[in-house]
Amino acid sequence: MKILVAVKRVVDYNIKVRIKADGSDVDIAGVKMGINPFDENAIEEALRLKEKGNASEVVVVSIGSAANQDVLRHTLAMGADRAILLETDVNVQPLGVAKLLKAMIEREQTKLIMLGKQAIDDDAGQAGQMLAALLDYPQGTFASTVQIEGDEIVVTREVDGGTETLALTLPAIITADLRLNEPRFVKLPNLMMARKKPIETINASEFGIDLKPRLNLLKVSEPPARKAGIKVGSVEELINKLRAHEGIQL
Amino acid sequence: MTILILAEHDGQQLSAAVQQAVTAALFWNAPIHVLVAGNGVEHIAKQAALLAGVEKVIHANAAHLAHPLAEDLAKLILTISAEYQAILAAHSSFSRNVLPRVAALLDVAMISDVLEITAENTYVRSIYAGNILTTVQSTDTIQVLTIHSSNFVAAGFGDSAEIVHIETPAAFGKSRWLSEVLSQSDRPALSSAKVVISGGRSLGSAEKFEQVLSPLATKLGAALGATRAAVDAGFAPNDIQVGQTGIVVAPELYIAVGVSGAVQHTYGMKDSRIVVAINQDPDAPIFQVADYGLVADLFIAIPALTAAIQ
Repeated sequence: MKILVAVKRVVDYNIKVRIKADGSDVDIAGVKMGINPFDENAIEEALRLKEKGNASEVVVVSIGSAANQDVLRHTLAMGADRAILLETDVNVQPLGVAKLLKAMIEREQTKLIMLGKQAIDDDAGQAGQMLAALLDYPQGTFASTVQIEGDEIVVTREVDGGTETLALTLPAIITADLRLNEPRFVKLPNLMMARKKPIETINASEFGIDLKPRLNLLKVSEPPARKAGIKVGSVEELINKLRAHEGIQL
Repeated sequence: MTILILAEHDGQQLSAAVQQAVTAALFWNAPIHVLVAGNGVEHIAKQAALLAGVEKVIHANAAHLAHPLAEDLAKLILTISAEYQAILAAHSSFSRNVLPRVAALLDVAMISDVLEITAENTYVRSIYAGNILTTVQSTDTIQVLTIHSSNFVAAGFGDSAEIVHIETPAAFGKSRWLSEVLSQSDRPALSSAKVVISGGRSLGSAEKFEQVLSPLATKLGAALGATRAAVDAGFAPNDIQVGQTGIVVAPELYIAVGVSGAVQHTYGMKDSRIVVAINQDPDAPIFQVADYGLVADLFIAIPALTAAIQ
């Protein structure tokens, strides 16, 4: 069984993103980039399934500019077998991502597709569910554990108030939550070896899919900041301050 | 055209956030329908029918909707979607599982976690863990969105609206519900509690998390929350994680105990009315979003605070 994992290149989670002076978009020129953390969990799980003998090959796909080669190299260094870059200058939105991935899955004939549950840049959290819809596949979103059992994948999902366990008939889509696993540390020799592995590049326009954004970005702005208050010197002072507020009962 | 709200419920009662979704839906100035899907949930359909502003409740009843799966709900919504200009729900693990699937089947974009609706196809939402606001305009004919509940006031209840029953399509069949584990707690629900006490990694262990925070939570009638660091360290269950990838809360009083204040965490609590931070590190970023900061050893301050409260 082949597993396809989709990864997104995003601004590093430690970076505080700034806005362009004209408010037209965020300014990410020269900012440190990396693999979307949830996608790294997806890769890690795919590799573990392969190591357990549940899968024969792990193929990684990323959508974007040639710069995305760095995140693909990272996944190859983690242990992925092949990497494919669907090259485009368009800032592809989740529906477009789902359409491109559908085309790749039809080409690669993979039975399990794994993605992160959301990207930490746009925080949309849609691509996996949209892909499942387009393929008419079952979906296991926000996964915290997965297990292959025959022709099914059993997935425990993190939901508000607890967890829920489903059995999905393969082929299926899984989106990874952070607690699915702890991604492995990439060793330097593996990174060096990954540099020699080829990355297949396909021009995304070859699929003839309309990738035009459906949502037009009108502007970006800073959210109203919460003002820092005061420091209090003791528990007593804290209680007195709180009691002075209407509606707070202590 | 008409607006459709996908109602969330637990089989017992309607989710309180449906009231906020109704307020959001009022923006379009169009009739509002609420879809209640489940097995034996007539009483929930009746609750929804009492929501002020709702014109009609659409009730779908089927055995396979007892634990509704995204695949089945999406199929169901598609049978009635032609009538609607907008399909929305309050943002939750339920709606963000179902509605992207609906949007893709309709070949439209989805707008997640909308903070404000500014025109009938224009929305403000946050990106980068709440650090940036974006205003986006949809070019699609059907709007599919989830709303950030704490930004909308809850609609009230009034006269009962009409309830209509619709046919449910056959089960999707390639996905089976096996089981669920819901946290049992005597405390109020985290997402709607008036007081929330959150603990960070400084609590040190699951035992201390419970020992230190529980008595205070009991006295205040508060819900307990946790940072991702505390959850990852095993001090608290994942379903009480407050933040970008957990639950977003906006209580009257939020007490952050031993919480450093990473942006991923503050995203989930910055709409709280009053924020108190207790942390030993005077430079902890949490103090920048706190109304009252106390630099103290939490293992001394929290018992003292608990003792001082009637």
